[in-house]
Amino acid sequence: MTDKNKDLIDQKLQDLNNDGVDRRGFLKCMAWAGTGLVWTMSGGIPVSRAFAKGHGKDAVKGGDFSFVQISDSHIGFNKPANPDVTATLQTAINKINAMPHKPEFIIHTGDLSQLSKPSEFDTLDQVLKGASAKQVYYVPGEHDMLSDNGEQFLQRYGKGTKGSGWYSFDQKGVHFVGLVNVANLKAGGMGSLGHEQLEWLEDDLKGRSASTPIVLFAHIPLWTIYPDWGWGTDDSEQALSYVKRFGSVTVLNGHIHQIMQKVEGKVSFHTAMSTAFPQPAPGTAPSAGPMKVPADQLQKVLGITDVNYLVSGRSLAVVDSPLGESDASSAGSGGGAGGR
Amino acid sequence: MKRNSFWLASFTASVFIAIVLLVTGSPVVTASDQPPAANAAVNIDNFVFGPQTITVPVGATVTWTNKDDIPHTSVSTDGVFKSKVLDTDEKFSYKFEKAGTYPYYCTIHPKMTGKVIVQ
Repeated sequence: MTDKNKDLIDQKLQDLNNDGVDRRGFLKCMAWAGTGLVWTMSGGIPVSRAFAKGHGKDAVKGGDFSFVQISDSHIGFNKPANPDVTATLQTAINKINAMPHKPEFIIHTGDLSQLSKPSEFDTLDQVLKGASAKQVYYVPGEHDMLSDNGEQFLQRYGKGTKGSGWYSFDQKGVHFVGLVNVANLKAGGMGSLGHEQLEWLEDDLKGRSASTPIVLFAHIPLWTIYPDWGWGTDDSEQALSYVKRFGSVTVLNGHIHQIMQKVEGKVSFHTAMSTAFPQPAPGTAPSAGPMKVPADQLQKVLGITDVNYLVSGRSLAVVDSPLGESDASSAGSGGGAGGR
Repeated sequence: MKRNSFWLASFTASVFIAIVLLVTGSPVVTASDQPPAANAAVNIDNFVFGPQTITVPVGATVTWTNKDDIPHTSVSTDGVFKSKVLDTDEKFSYKFEKAGTYPYYCTIHPKMTGKVIVQ
């Protein structure tokens, strides 16, 4: 089975080479397309294929499972381009509930709220109550730390976590690590993990078999995307050195409100869209603030990320889908024509 | 005769004004006792403190106003002052009683930095 996969991978790579587009360029193009493409990490080599209708069946095989990443709901934000972020979060949850395969859990990569207000957290909890996946894992964004250094966030979502809210858990052989890089930020700096958390991470990963798929999730990107706008984590290199020996590492982040992907060896990095508002591409605007788009375009620039773990290939497939496109399960085959 | 009266009147008026000026001890136009530029303003917009560096006299009050559509804070790196979270149109003021240099930043977006020089 594994050999068959390898052949397929080689085939895809050759196709890419014939197009004259290199792997990195192809990744960039596909990330911006924002349609339902399946990205599979198999032995560190990304393969993309259209999201076949039968995909739902694959996920049912023993050991396979899927989860959904949502991010940057910013409950409490009420300006252009989105005066109702609660409604778009609800749309995201509806989309999750309509998925052909039921996700095991949801991961929220931070900025749950806009101003860390209790009412904002309450509203978020209310919306998430209606999700088919009852288990939700959280990491805070900088907007969730605004009252007493994130104490409220910890009280609500930090049970069993350490320090500013870091933790790990296992799901069907995959090891998940939630990291906090938005606490104690230094003037002029970017995201920061801090010494204590790094020590804990090193210890947490020690002794685990290198064939254990690892998923790291944190709010601010763990790789440097655009320092001028603080899009990076000052001490992430050390964290990434601890996962280098593993065969499959997936890093899920938020914060930048757009999809960006990078592959470095066996580590694939991915940032999610926001469910609240988009932000401009690096350097294309005076600041990283909310990007205004026409109302009829809003649903296309907000989205969720579906991640499927396939035991057979020990791989994680990452699928981004905008709120406003047709169902992810039919996006690939039909080319995902806009309206319904 | 008339010319003499005119000049006498002018002279008297000048003396009178001079006395008034001496008595009040300040230019006629200023309403307060404080020196000019005692209150300074910093606008926060597009993830930038503007002006990034501001120089004020001792005793001056600096007021930050958030004109951005995202909340920001103004926090001294040396623990001298700390604003609450400022949403759009909210303000924070601090009176600088001692001379010195006061670097500060936004704790939410730490790449945003500024400086108040008090002299």
